[in-house]
Amino acid sequence: MAQSAGLHEPEDRLTPQVIDRHRALASVQEELEAVDWYDQRVAATTDKELAEILGHNRDEEKEHAMMVLEWLRRHDPVLDQHMRTYLFTNGSIVGEESEAEGRDGGGAGAGDGSLAIGSLKEARA
Amino acid sequence: MNHLLREKAPITERAWQELDREARERLMPALAARRVVDFTGPGGWEHSAVNIGRSTDIDEPLEGLRARQRRVMPLVELRAYFSLSRTELADFDRGASDVDLAPLDDAAARIARAENIAVFHGWPTAGITGMAAGTFPQAPLPPEYRNYPAAVAKAVEQVRTAGINGPYALALGPDAFTGVAGSTEDGGLIVFDHLHRILEGPVVWAPGLSGAMVVSLRGGDFTLHVGEDLSIGYHHHDADTVHLYLEESFTFVVTTSEAAVALAPQ
Repeated sequence: MAQSAGLHEPEDRLTPQVIDRHRALASVQEELEAVDWYDQRVAATTDKELAEILGHNRDEEKEHAMMVLEWLRRHDPVLDQHMRTYLFTNGSIVGEESEAEGRDGGGAGAGDGSLAIGSLKEARA
Repeated sequence: MNHLLREKAPITERAWQELDREARERLMPALAARRVVDFTGPGGWEHSAVNIGRSTDIDEPLEGLRARQRRVMPLVELRAYFSLSRTELADFDRGASDVDLAPLDDAAARIARAENIAVFHGWPTAGITGMAAGTFPQAPLPPEYRNYPAAVAKAVEQVRTAGINGPYALALGPDAFTGVAGSTEDGGLIVFDHLHRILEGPVVWAPGLSGAMVVSLRGGDFTLHVGEDLSIGYHHHDADTVHLYLEESFTFVVTTSEAAVALAPQ
């Protein structure tokens, strides 16, 4: 599942930003995978105290996942744009897509009109 | 529809894509400040101010009370207008690859330069203190490009001595960048390569910067807060011309002024 140590391309061909985003994406993947595993164990155990501990641990993994996800949002303008479109909405999630396209003029440029440039800082040389 | 009113413009989807692509291509090399400072956002067009954690005493409404008002850094809205020929834009849909977008290119250069100036030198009207207003005395920038490595090494040492780690970047105004790019030192060493070794970070072409600036890239010292990131909006049109603009909203906050040293030309 999670390949936190594995890059799919030669490291010398990747920028520091891509490598940091890989670290964050792998971390989110690992945290959410842990949520799934804890969730199943909570459901399966017949020991009430163990279920409470596992449930507590599961919910902490959710916090960890969201912290890294927020880091990713701040470093990926397109992800930020999609999160703004779909998160914390109440209606049809699929319907949000057509509404977003309507707001953007039926494909008149990307997303909300932003050029999605964001940060250009390199963490390392 | 958002406030950019893009769908009101007589511009096809294909032409919008070409305009956005051209704008990105022109802006990204010129946005030097974003290569050396932290970036927070985009918070969206409705994002109006940054909390700086400060407050000021104000008159109490009644005796026996104490009143303080929060101070914030309000974002500034910056626009660069440009106009394009509708005939030229229509040629995009005929497959033309040489459409005249010079006005867009000029606007991109203007707004990128303005963002750089605000970050490096400040913008008093907007309440922005630039990096050059650091607590360190400005160091002199030598007249000869081959002497830049010694001056930069001294500036790096100044920042490092203050306990601020690298890597470091060197931002250079366009003239200095061009001069450095074509210079060698007495021993034949290429100045550009020598600077890279001293900095362990990039040498950045910075339109709008007067002189040079050494900046720590460790993070947490300088932050560009962006509401709306650079976007193209629609203003109005007539039979011949479409009037558009490039727009962004931002402010800039210095947390550790000692993390940069300005090198001023003599």
